[in-house]
Amino acid sequence: MEWLHLSPEEWIAVRLSIKVSIWATVASLPLGILIAYVLARKEFWGKAALNGIVHLPLILPPVVTGYLLLLTFGRRGPIGAFLDQNFGIVFSFRWTGAALACGVMAFPLMVRAIRLSIEAVDRKLEAAAGTLGASPPFVFATITLPLVLPGIIAGMILSFAKAMGEFGATITFVSNIPGETQTLPSAIYTFTQVPGGDLGALRLTLVSIVIAMIALVVSEVLARRVSRRMDIE
Amino acid sequence: MTLLVDIRHRLGSFELEAGFESSGRLTALFGTSGSGKTSLVNLIAGLIRPMQGRILVDGRVLVDTAKRIFVPMHRRRIGYVFQDARLFPHMTVSQNLRYGRFFTPAGERYAELDAVVDLLGIGHLLDRRPSLLSGGEKQRVAIGRALIASPKLILMDEPLASLDDARKAEIMPYIERLRDEARIPIVYVSHSVAEVARLATDIVMLAGGKVSASGPAQDILRRLDLLPAEERHQGGSLLEMIVAEHDTAFGMSVLRSPAGEIRIFGHDALVGSRVRVRIRANDVMVATQPPEGLSALNVLSGKVSQVREGPGMLSDVTIDCGGQPVIARITSRSARMLDLKPGQSAFAVIKTVSFDPDSTTRGITI
Repeated sequence: MEWLHLSPEEWIAVRLSIKVSIWATVASLPLGILIAYVLARKEFWGKAALNGIVHLPLILPPVVTGYLLLLTFGRRGPIGAFLDQNFGIVFSFRWTGAALACGVMAFPLMVRAIRLSIEAVDRKLEAAAGTLGASPPFVFATITLPLVLPGIIAGMILSFAKAMGEFGATITFVSNIPGETQTLPSAIYTFTQVPGGDLGALRLTLVSIVIAMIALVVSEVLARRVSRRMDIE
Repeated sequence: MTLLVDIRHRLGSFELEAGFESSGRLTALFGTSGSGKTSLVNLIAGLIRPMQGRILVDGRVLVDTAKRIFVPMHRRRIGYVFQDARLFPHMTVSQNLRYGRFFTPAGERYAELDAVVDLLGIGHLLDRRPSLLSGGEKQRVAIGRALIASPKLILMDEPLASLDDARKAEIMPYIERLRDEARIPIVYVSHSVAEVARLATDIVMLAGGKVSASGPAQDILRRLDLLPAEERHQGGSLLEMIVAEHDTAFGMSVLRSPAGEIRIFGHDALVGSRVRVRIRANDVMVATQPPEGLSALNVLSGKVSQVREGPGMLSDVTIDCGGQPVIARITSRSARMLDLKPGQSAFAVIKTVSFDPDSTTRGITI
């Protein structure tokens, strides 16, 4: 079973992938909840356009999304240059850029899951909380958010899984630099491009499967615990 | 407490145009479904913003469209008990009960958790989840939850409508206790004469989005012509009486009032306590002579004060029995044959079996 042992470089890719995916998921969560809430509850001019933009990464070729990120968030891109000069935040060819690319690609899945569960919340309960004296922010924090929790968990798991598998946009935006931007899929891709890399590719593939399974089991356990706590009829 | 409502509001093709003022302990908004009752309480609660009008509770302006005032619902301090209890599913009963307390300024909390739990008999439910409660229990918790927020007014939108008769009977006494002991004014939406007759001190009658009558419960329920057709047979007079004695040999209670004595099947109220008796107009016979050799036990004597020709060849005869009016609904033919005229002495005859447990309740202590 010697062949199953990961080399230090492979470990770095695994750890980087997990770090990138967690950051991508956690950092996009507040915006994801906000956008999901707005799409589920508000009527406004341009709602269809917002919905379209959110879903764009799902239908565009990932390479196109990656290239668009490069144009806007690259060193010379309008947003990238602004962030670099004012805050010293650099995305291009850094792991942060990988996290951004993964977050953008996974965003539609997260928003969709959360939006569906916000739409399922019984608004009468929110009205009841209002008559008891809770102002709208309190209603959201104490009624809506807890009731939406299963959807948020589902959205985060989906987002995490999507981020773990993201390849096209990442490699286009931040390239494939070992130790900085080489995530699991990029590493697997690299292995398949060199002679004798089959074993490495297989090892990392197994690692991918294990991580995906763990994420799935964790989401199941969490969802079950939440719904038991909630006891919704 | 005075509640003043004067609003106009349009919902689709339905136009609500309601004005009334009530200082009753329990004001019933009464009418058929679609008469605008629920819209009206939603307006009072602040769930809907009226297109035009004013709502004041105890002089405090909640809505005044002319002055562009609209107090949002969470600042109104008006409790709302919904038809479907709407307990928060992710909280225990205890957490549900305490929810509103958090938002009430400390100096304005008058409702004690323990006292409310006692009043509603929900002490054994505190650690449970709402999904494990029966319909009646849920509704009691919902009442408690509204109460513990220490509201200035409680709205109840048909809180018994989704419950079976046994559950209704379980909750009614708690609402009576709330009315008599908690001393919070209640606005109670209902389409049932039986419920309203038992609970209400005042009635606002709604029909087609307009107030068709409002005033003290006794006065309104006498107006059989105002009641919706399907509830008309439930209409009649409300008499305030005193329990005079219990006739244990026959399992009856004797009730006394200036109108005379009536006997009903055993009532558990103590001798000397006040009870309110509803006498359905359909259950009353009219005699011009003191009746003899009759199985009916209850004969009240008085003077005819009004004969009103009703629909369908029926006449409503009002007999003033010592200051309390008793209404009899008889055929117009009988009224004609007896030649009933105002001022003439008459006797109202009621069978004891026509009183069901629903029609006698403890009196409203004012």
